[in-house]
Order: sequence, then structure tokens, then C-alpha cells
Amino acid sequence: MLKPDRPVGIVGYGAYIPRYRLPATEVDRIWTNGQGGTPVREKAVAGPDEDVVTISIEAARNALARAGEVRPSLIRAVWVGSESHPYAVKPTSTIVAEAIGATPYTQAGDWEFACKAGTEAFQAALGFVGSGMARYALVVGADTAQARPGDDLEYTAGAGGAAYLLGPAEESLAVVEGSCSYVTDTPDFWRRAYQRYPSHGGRFTGQPAYFKHIVAAAQGLMAALDRQPSDYTYVVFHQPNVKFPQTVGKQLGFTSQQLAPGMLCNEIGNTYAGSSLLGLTAVLDVAAPGERVLLVSYGSGAGSDAISLLITGAITERQGRAPRTRDYIARRVEIDYATYVRYAGKLIM
Amino acid sequence: MNVAGNWRLQQQRYRLVGEECEKCGTLIFPPRDLCPECEAPAKMPYVFSGQGEVYSYSTIYSPPRGFEEFAPYTVALIRLKEGPMLTAQLTDVESDKVYIGMPVEMVTRKIQGGDEGNPIVYGYKFRPAHLG
Repeated sequence: MLKPDRPVGIVGYGAYIPRYRLPATEVDRIWTNGQGGTPVREKAVAGPDEDVVTISIEAARNALARAGEVRPSLIRAVWVGSESHPYAVKPTSTIVAEAIGATPYTQAGDWEFACKAGTEAFQAALGFVGSGMARYALVVGADTAQARPGDDLEYTAGAGGAAYLLGPAEESLAVVEGSCSYVTDTPDFWRRAYQRYPSHGGRFTGQPAYFKHIVAAAQGLMAALDRQPSDYTYVVFHQPNVKFPQTVGKQLGFTSQQLAPGMLCNEIGNTYAGSSLLGLTAVLDVAAPGERVLLVSYGSGAGSDAISLLITGAITERQGRAPRTRDYIARRVEIDYATYVRYAGKLIM
Repeated sequence: MNVAGNWRLQQQRYRLVGEECEKCGTLIFPPRDLCPECEAPAKMPYVFSGQGEVYSYSTIYSPPRGFEEFAPYTVALIRLKEGPMLTAQLTDVESDKVYIGMPVEMVTRKIQGGDEGNPIVYGYKFRPAHLG
């Protein structure tokens, strides 16, 4: 189990979700003549002037707004996890750091581990702050998720991100109780260099990939902390579709009531590195002091990071300092497949 | 594409860093190192809140080269809460929903990004306040 010597927590958090929505029935209409099923109702799509940089900037500004008096110059790391960094070479994180005023004396770096790049950065920040090398570190998980036109993933691959400012536990709205990762070489989903769209192993993405890693990371952390599912008010999993998190929740012994507040996939799709971290912002928006949250991410390739959080009394006053996750979900403009093709850059001119 | 030119403007474009005149207190945007009111040197940075309202606007259907990817889009004169007026694109709003006096807030978005051989230019745009 990962547990820093000095207690660390979340000082501020922020969400961002673009306003455009592509109903899954639109993908179905184009590719199966309306005869297929739909794994989610709709997904969030980035506008033509949005990418992982702009999504990260707004999420980071919301995290700083909730943190209150933290001077950006005290942030010692700006780490952005994504699989859709706008550049192949040139960090997303320096642009985000510049936009929030954290430059120039800071670490900045981009993280990659499919859909768990953000929680990986979160764990690194835990060590960075917990060691005393940094008072604050900012981590982001965000994506404008890619999917090949007509592929199963196109129904769900969404856009959005979440940012967390980690700092000393005494300033935190949620204290990190511990974290645990479970990682193996499992090729369930990948994208080779210079490829526009990822490939995946179909049914292989389920049992040996998503379920095995999430269950092992969650059980490993709960065993190390001597906790039961019933000790948690909320649980958040990576959300590639609606069914997987519901099934893994049941396998682990969690109820649908524990799962519901952080389940966003039906409304925004799978935001890849943003997915579980956005589920967590939605939970923090409604959480009360003394409650516990278990977060378990999943990244293809493959691995899961489990993080256990205890909500503090500071949360109540900070929840309203920035737009809530549900405010962004409610800001909804439906688009058709043609507009989606243009906005998502699938139209090569 | 002027890489150095865009880089020099990053502070004002990413987060509305202008200036404050130490002599008469006038807030200045864009920064010009000289107070337009009292002509004193003015180099003290001032970060604007990003809150403002639409003073006037026009929708562009025939964009200049480099902005085709966003057309049609609406540009507006924005009166910042702190006083200065600037020109910016509006975003996350349909052109028929824009009106004079509309409260808006600054967001950082792609200004130019379509040409894959050049750097992406990020900067301020404005959207309806409180997420619309």
C-alpha cells in the first residue's frame, strides 16, 4: 500500500465537460441502420476550439478556485495524464502551468497510461507532497477520446477532465488514507505510433483486463486498510460503459446506491483518463464530512489504481466555489453525427 | 505563423494579464507599458477577472486565413468589469443568442490550431457567464 509519512489530501478539485452531446443513437443510425444496441445514452464531445489543454486549464482553474488562498507559485508540479495530448512532442503541462500562473519554478510533465494516466499522476503527487518536497501539486486526468468511426468505442469515447490540487492534510477537503496499484502486461487496447485511432481486443477487454485489475487493486487496498465495502459511502470505478462498473461493483460487494453518485458514463460517455476522476468530482460535489470514498481507475495495458479517501469538514464550504460536475452535464447541446465528425477532427480536408 | 510573436503575447492571451498604472490607478489591457490616461510609465502586472459584457458583436462567415476551422463564429467587443475594452471571439454560444449587454466570462481556448505543421495558438475567448 502507498501511504506517505506526512498525511496528504485534496485541497481543491475541479471538473470540466464540454457542452456538446452526441446521442449514441446517432452512431447507431449511421453504422448499423439503427439496428444495434447503445452502451450509453450519449457522450460529451469537445467543441472545435477545445482539446486536452483547454479542458485541463478550466478544470485546474476550478480546482484552484475551490482551494481558495493557495498561490499558484507554490504549486511544485503540474502533471497532466491523457492519451490525447495535442502534441506528440511538446508538453501539455507547460501550457496548463502557464495559464494558471504556476510557472516558472515548478515540475511539469505529461503522463501516459491509457485511462489511468490521471490517477498515476495523482499517486506521484501523493509521494511528492508526502515527502515534503512540494507543498502543493496539481494533477489532471483529461481526454478527447479517440475512436475509429463505426467501432464499438465510438458510441462511448467522450471528452472531459478533472483536476486535483494535492496538499497538506490539514488544509484538505478529503484526506488520502492510502493507495494501491495492480499492474500486468495485458494487451487489451492499444494505439501504435502515428495511428489516429486505437485498436482493442473486443471481449478480451473484459474479464482478464478491466475486471481482474479493478478487483485486485480494490481488494488489495481494502485488505491493507482493514476495510469492507460497507465502510464506504461512495465507490467510483473507471467507466468505459454503464455495464462494466455496475458488474464490478456487484462482484466486490458494493451496492448501486454507493455507485450511483459517481456514475456519469450514461451522460458523458467514457472520458478515458478523465473517467474515474470525473466520477470522483461528482461525488465530492455531494459528499459530507466523515464519509469515505473508494476510487478505482483502470488503464488498458493494463492496471488499476485504488485510492481511499476520508472527507473532512472543509468540504462543505468549498463545494460551491466553482461549477459542479452536474452543472457541466446540465449544460447540454445535442449535435448530429455530421457535426460530430467536423468537431472531432474526423473530416480530413 | 510567427512563433516568437505569439509567445510574447502568452501572458495576456492565456490569463488576461494587463497592467496597472502606479500613478493614477488606471487598469490597462492590452498591456502597453504606458498609461493611456496620465502617460506615466505603467509596468505593474494586473490580472483581470475575466468577467465582462458584450458591447457589440458581429458574426463572421468569411473568416481570414487561419480561422476557417471555427467559422461561422462571432467576434465581440467586450467591456471588462474592470473597465478596459477588448476584442475576442465568443465561444459555446450560437450567434442568434448573442445580445448587447450579455454577461460573459473568459475561457482559454484554441485561437488557431488547424495547421499541423505549426504550434497551436491558445488564448482568451468569452462565453456566456455562469456556463450560459
